[in-house]
Amino acid sequence: MENKGKEEITDREILNIENLRVRFETEDGIVYAVNGVNLKLGYRKTLGLVGETGAGKTTTALAMLRLVPDPPGVVECDRLEIDGQDVRGMSINRLEDVRGKDISMIFQDPMTALNPVLTVGEQIAESIEIHEHLHKDEALKKAGDMLELVGIPRARLGEYPHQFSGGMKQRVVIAIALACNPKLLIADEPTTALDVTIQAQVLELMTELKEKYNTSMIMITHDLGIVAEVCDEVAVMYAGKIVEQGSLEEVFGETLHPYTEGLFNSLPNIKNRTAWLKPIHGLMPDPTDLPPGCAFAPRCNYATEECSASCPALKNMGGTHFVACSAYERDPDFLLERRRKNG
Amino acid sequence: MADNAERVSKLYKKRSSLGMAWRQLRRNKGAIIGMILLIFIIAGALLAPIVYDYNTDVIGMNVRDRMQWPSAEHICGTDDLGRDIFARIVYGARYSLAVGLVAVLIALVIGTVLGAAAGYIGGAFENVVMRICDIFSSIPSVLMAIAVVSSLGKSTINLMIAVGIASTAPFVRVARAAVLVVKDEEYIEAARAIGQPDWKIVAVHIIPNCLSQIIVQATLRVGSAIISAAQLSFLGLGVPAPAPEWGSMLSAGRLFIRDYSYMTLFPGIAIMITVLSLNLLGDGLRDALDPKLKR
Amino acid sequence: MADTILEVKHLKKYFKTGRGMLHAVDDINFTLERGKTLGLVGESGCGKSTTGRVILRLLEPTSGEIIFEGKDISRIKGSEMRHMRKDLQIIFQDPFSSLDPKKTVSQIIAEPIKENHILRGKHAIEERVLELMDTVGLAERYINTYPHELDGGRRQRIGIARALAMEPKLIICDEPVSALDVSIQAQILNLLRELQEKLGLTYIFITHDLSVVNHFSDDIAVMYLGQIVEKAPAEELFEHPIHPYTQALLSAIPIPELGHRRERVKLTGEITSPIEPPEECRFAARCPLCDDGICRKMVPELIEVRESHFVACPIKQKEMGF
Repeated sequence: MENKGKEEITDREILNIENLRVRFETEDGIVYAVNGVNLKLGYRKTLGLVGETGAGKTTTALAMLRLVPDPPGVVECDRLEIDGQDVRGMSINRLEDVRGKDISMIFQDPMTALNPVLTVGEQIAESIEIHEHLHKDEALKKAGDMLELVGIPRARLGEYPHQFSGGMKQRVVIAIALACNPKLLIADEPTTALDVTIQAQVLELMTELKEKYNTSMIMITHDLGIVAEVCDEVAVMYAGKIVEQGSLEEVFGETLHPYTEGLFNSLPNIKNRTAWLKPIHGLMPDPTDLPPGCAFAPRCNYATEECSASCPALKNMGGTHFVACSAYERDPDFLLERRRKNG
Repeated sequence: MADNAERVSKLYKKRSSLGMAWRQLRRNKGAIIGMILLIFIIAGALLAPIVYDYNTDVIGMNVRDRMQWPSAEHICGTDDLGRDIFARIVYGARYSLAVGLVAVLIALVIGTVLGAAAGYIGGAFENVVMRICDIFSSIPSVLMAIAVVSSLGKSTINLMIAVGIASTAPFVRVARAAVLVVKDEEYIEAARAIGQPDWKIVAVHIIPNCLSQIIVQATLRVGSAIISAAQLSFLGLGVPAPAPEWGSMLSAGRLFIRDYSYMTLFPGIAIMITVLSLNLLGDGLRDALDPKLKR
Repeated sequence: MADTILEVKHLKKYFKTGRGMLHAVDDINFTLERGKTLGLVGESGCGKSTTGRVILRLLEPTSGEIIFEGKDISRIKGSEMRHMRKDLQIIFQDPFSSLDPKKTVSQIIAEPIKENHILRGKHAIEERVLELMDTVGLAERYINTYPHELDGGRRQRIGIARALAMEPKLIICDEPVSALDVSIQAQILNLLRELQEKLGLTYIFITHDLSVVNHFSDDIAVMYLGQIVEKAPAEELFEHPIHPYTQALLSAIPIPELGHRRERVKLTGEITSPIEPPEECRFAARCPLCDDGICRKMVPELIEVRESHFVACPIKQKEMGF
């Protein structure tokens, strides 16, 4: 996988999703979790998928792996390709081949992601055995390599998960996810359950390994700090839609969407410690009953009546920067307060 | 001012969590079937004296009509003494349900108090209670009930006590487990932080939050208590003859099972349907009240 | 003279475990002035929450003094304890387990008022509950809802209203925003700050999130394995962190701005076990500066190395001439 020519892989996308919609049909009504998401990710890039609880980040990721529970989940999309392969119509056997080998996922809680009755070595070797058709001994040997790679001595191969600390467990989870050199790694809040100093170590490790193996990565997080540290591209999600997307510099430096601005304003500023925070007022809309227009309009300081009437589409604003906000349609010179201040 | 007071009282109008549980329960077909059956059985037991006279129809002998197979006149046939089996089954429901309910009530009160105390106090007390519990559950419940009835004497009340004591151990376990979970919740700490005394914390916060599990356990246990009571009556240690208890009816029919199988069949079906409906309802309640399944 | 509301002296809390005594809180000292906020920062298992609970007497201290308004409350019982409860309150981290799921919003908020006979009469209590709900920004229509019907932010507001119902002087905020989303987090932080200004409250703010504590506190104490390793005014601590652990902690915060990818103080090694820890600096095993000859000889003392800046690192103390 590593020998693939660079020219060859630059013109294709590792991930290409068009118009992904996911809804959950429950007894209490239909939950519209993801409402038309388009995502493209180039090789060796890291995309930060940002949003709050209920924004549809995790559901989007699960839909990529076709892991949305059905029922109650209903997934529809116009295109879902991983490394050029159409995942939509894939047979289960083929799909299992793709999962783990081409695409793998790290979940939020390292405490529950590992099987308590198998040794760490067995768990890493398991996925190597399945995907690389290696003999058990060889697989275990490779598992040892992986363990060393994530900074845990090989000697601990025979230990059980409960003998590891939280940060170590997350390293083991990363070792499992990377065991078969996947082309795309989805990390769903991989450090939320960890302490800051451990988080820093784990993030550093992930970035390092990603570089080493030319892996593309989707980092799902609510922490804009982590995005600034590890991502090249950012997509901000709100109520199941991407509201702003672009390179890290574009989204952080020339913020366009009022929701993104609101997220920044909600964070305590380390430089101006006594400043009052400017939170976004109100709450995320109920996903069973989304407003007809822009879902953010009820909480938006810039909203006008038109905003609640029609739903803005994601529009290119130059470069790779996209935004879904009708303020720019009404007034091309519209500027958020954050940008007026930043100049 | 008066206007404000009125507005305030209006806001305070009570809403029950029972309504929410009911809405959950209604979705469960099994539970609804169980409940309907149970209502029929209870209604039958309550209305029995209107249709049948206890002295003539239920315990009065009528040798001319003995051993009759089911017919339009006697839909479940008659027994060896010529008594209408259907009438006896309907009347018997009073005994079976009463024994089941009272026995479970005894077990529930003793079991919950002991279990909750064991869970909350912990330490040596918990150890002693749980070990006694282990000993009780290692003795087959029928054996234990036989021992209790033999020592107390044969009567309906003693049957209830015997079955009650025999089914206490599971309640102790359930109550203790529930209390252990609830005890560590932060709202218990919050209650201590506002200065609530321990007994009040148990009464106001812990018991209500364990109640749903105990109710589910109780519903399921009524069924097994009815079976235990029937077993004892079958062995001749239960409700004294000639009272129409289902277990003793089975026992009486046992002698004629080859030629007159209906005599055992119908009381058996009565026991089965009652226990089944209670179990269906219990399972439904568990789903409806389990906070983990709450959406 | 400064108006001291709380003074903690040599506070210890040990737990018995199968392998020996777990030193959860091991000899900590601090004073807190009325109307100020002390931030208690540290990673999971450093004893910060235990400290809060011991001060409130939700856990019994193993030894030490807790002097609240000039009176040692570490051994009081009965009616004195009930009286103390009114002045000291707590806001919990998890708004999902800190509210009794079987009680309505109004019952939860009214409970402390009834329990301590702060008000009598149904109407007086009902109106006070509505007033409190208004104070914390909860709409009246939620009065009869159950906690599980509300979102995290609103639940946290209920928890705050319950604490305020006692009209306390000091509130211990145990990670009050860590379970909330960013935008909701900001709403709650602003609310807590507003309440402090309006009611003159004193806070002990327990958190693992340094950027939150920086925003919120006057003084910050950094804890590591049951001990305070550094304590200073917030600004001073952020600008001149001295203890190597504080430096590592600060450099580990991801900053949501461009061009901030920077070198970190790297920590290696395993965390020392808090069960029967050896008589040495607890951070020694992970410390980049550790000198076994000095650091492993004794438990370092917390010394004032600059004005109101205390550090417990023998290497740094030596460097600065102590």
